[in-house]
Amino acid sequence: MTTPIQRAGQVSATTLLRFATAGSVDDGKSTLVGRLLHDSKSVLTDQLEAVEHASRNRGQTTPDLALLTDGLRAEREQGITIDVAYRYFATPARRFILADTPGHVQYTRNMVTGASTADLAVVLVDARNGVIEQTRRHAAVAALLRVPHVVLAVNKMDLVEYAEPVFAAIAKEFTAYAASLGVPEITAVPISALAGDNVVEPSANMDWYGGPTVLEHLETVPVSHDLTACHARFPVQYVIRPQTAEHPDYRGYAGQIAAGAFRVGEAVTVLPSGRTSTIAGIDALGESVEEAWAPRSVTIRLADDIDVSRGDLIAPTGDTPAVTQDVEATVCHVADQPLSVGQRVLLKHTTRTVKAIVKDIPSRLTLDDLSQHPAPGQLVANDIGRVVVRTAEPLALDAYADSRRTGSFLLIDPADGTTLSAGMAGASFAEVAGAVPDEAPAADDAEWDF
Amino acid sequence: MSTVATVPEGTVHPYTLSHLDSLESEAVHIFREVAGEFERPVILFSGGKDSILMLHLALKAFAPAPVPFTLLHVDTGHNFPEVLEYRDRTVEKHGLRLHVASVQEYIDAGKLRERPDGTRNPLQTVPLTEAIQQLRFDAVFGGGRRDEEKARAKERVFSLRDEFSQWDPRRQRPELWQLYNGRHAPGEHVRVFPISNWTELDVWQYIEREGIELPEIYFAHEREVFNRSGMWLTAGEWGGPKDHERVETRLVRYRTVGDMSCTGAVDSNATTLDAVITEIAASRLTERGATRADDKMSEAAMEDRKREGYF
Repeated sequence: MTTPIQRAGQVSATTLLRFATAGSVDDGKSTLVGRLLHDSKSVLTDQLEAVEHASRNRGQTTPDLALLTDGLRAEREQGITIDVAYRYFATPARRFILADTPGHVQYTRNMVTGASTADLAVVLVDARNGVIEQTRRHAAVAALLRVPHVVLAVNKMDLVEYAEPVFAAIAKEFTAYAASLGVPEITAVPISALAGDNVVEPSANMDWYGGPTVLEHLETVPVSHDLTACHARFPVQYVIRPQTAEHPDYRGYAGQIAAGAFRVGEAVTVLPSGRTSTIAGIDALGESVEEAWAPRSVTIRLADDIDVSRGDLIAPTGDTPAVTQDVEATVCHVADQPLSVGQRVLLKHTTRTVKAIVKDIPSRLTLDDLSQHPAPGQLVANDIGRVVVRTAEPLALDAYADSRRTGSFLLIDPADGTTLSAGMAGASFAEVAGAVPDEAPAADDAEWDF
Repeated sequence: MSTVATVPEGTVHPYTLSHLDSLESEAVHIFREVAGEFERPVILFSGGKDSILMLHLALKAFAPAPVPFTLLHVDTGHNFPEVLEYRDRTVEKHGLRLHVASVQEYIDAGKLRERPDGTRNPLQTVPLTEAIQQLRFDAVFGGGRRDEEKARAKERVFSLRDEFSQWDPRRQRPELWQLYNGRHAPGEHVRVFPISNWTELDVWQYIEREGIELPEIYFAHEREVFNRSGMWLTAGEWGGPKDHERVETRLVRYRTVGDMSCTGAVDSNATTLDAVITEIAASRLTERGATRADDKMSEAAMEDRKREGYF
């Protein structure tokens, strides 16, 4: 089961899972990542030798597996993870891309970065400490980013004598809390990353646990969504017009299907213009197909010669997003310079970048206690807040709750190109989930609606 | 707790993509973003497997139209003849335009000095960055992969470089969703890594799936080599072997193709793609750890070179 790499010929059967880890500084996140890589035999001899060598130079007697993931000079010097690193490993069942994100609260933006592309988030908790503020922050960010699957890894079970009641209480508290935030699926696993219990191999120390190991869960969690329930969306990236003798009339709209599926013959509308046509053909990188779905990069040809260019969105007629110049969203501010009311910015949404102005910042969330502060005037690095933005041109914008790809956007500083904020359009996740916490974690939490 | 049904073991969900299709779609998306947003993009093309893969993906991304990018090769003067032959043949076959920046010309003109160890890989940085400035490229595609090296693991897909081509890992833009921010001031450029998320094995499996032709040196062949610091280097006019180094003929192949002065061959009898894939799957050494001297110079060798403008 833990053979490092699958054989050729099994290629078509494997899928790709992107996941992110989140944990406080001392929860053992690096150890878990190191354990996953090491026990799935994804750390190769020369990498391990390099880590052993570097550990010895630092006077450490055992190899420091964190050195596998801390790739920058400054990180090794300070012994902390500053920036997101991406790791790759494989089992016969699946390929994995791990966004290894720092746990420090001042690096919330990095957690947001890692979670933005993740299908699954692993939240680590120290079994001795249980659910703490930092755990709640991680759950909130996972909920905010709408990561489809959350794994609660209750770590250091070896330090609580592998006691089932300790695990059960933490799992219950976290599950109730995360569910109240709208996290759709939570799987709790009791582990010891240090001793290797339930990470890759089932634990002999916890025979009371009947669920999967962390790796088993990663291997079997579904990565595809029920596309029949998704709104199909195709942002046009580039118009392909060879104008050659061989292809004098070819005109194709290149892009990556953002959500759902498209079929030849389907009636579609192009936004923001509202012009309609039907799909005459779908070219999937060299082969002509009848149907294609997210996230395939394809080229769509339309039956009518209508004006379509980069930045337009193709959607099924009758299932189009609202076209608007007034964007209400939750943003995570990721830049060192602040975002202020009245500020002129650029807004990048799918393949379209437009001028915009920040009309209002109605509220800011304090992640420490999840309390909400009205009208903060500006957002600074790592702040999460509600914003209202007016754009110079109309956008075909979905709610982030409906589509992570067509509901997300960046705010960019037009002066120096800095990425200022990560935006998620629409109502806050708590409102969308319609959840009133039934096992209320805290009285003030019931009111927050960032 | 599960509210999402899991797919029974052994069945394939109707709307899944294979991991190779996922990686291909992502890379193609990145190529098209650059084509849509930049004025003068260029693909760094060495004739090595990663740049060959990039070119193949670019050809697919814009078909049936031609690739809207030119190519740039930084020729160290110590390149493998088979690879240069492959490079020129490929350029001609696809009607592409190739710029060559020559390390040898820089040395001959006295603008670069040969290193005592004879390794020319680090010398590529100056010709590369000057070519970017002189030819005013604003987006430069590189075949770097995050699985290669720990500093590369920290690299963004879109990596902003200042007017000196420098990389500052502490001032990288967060990269969110698939929304790549390519804004840059005049004189700055963006390095773009479309195959960031591919591993060495992914590259080989895709090459096999797509039937992509490679230079012969990637497959086992008899070659005159000598041992230096534990690596099998090709004997040649570039500066090896030295007096005490003994040349022998061995059955070898290359896992990575750089400069003859720092790229080692591995013992292998893999003469087919299938055999190569089997060999890599069983290997306990990384691609660079096994065969690249330039990464072994210090713990932060790659980070330091990248800061200076190396790709």
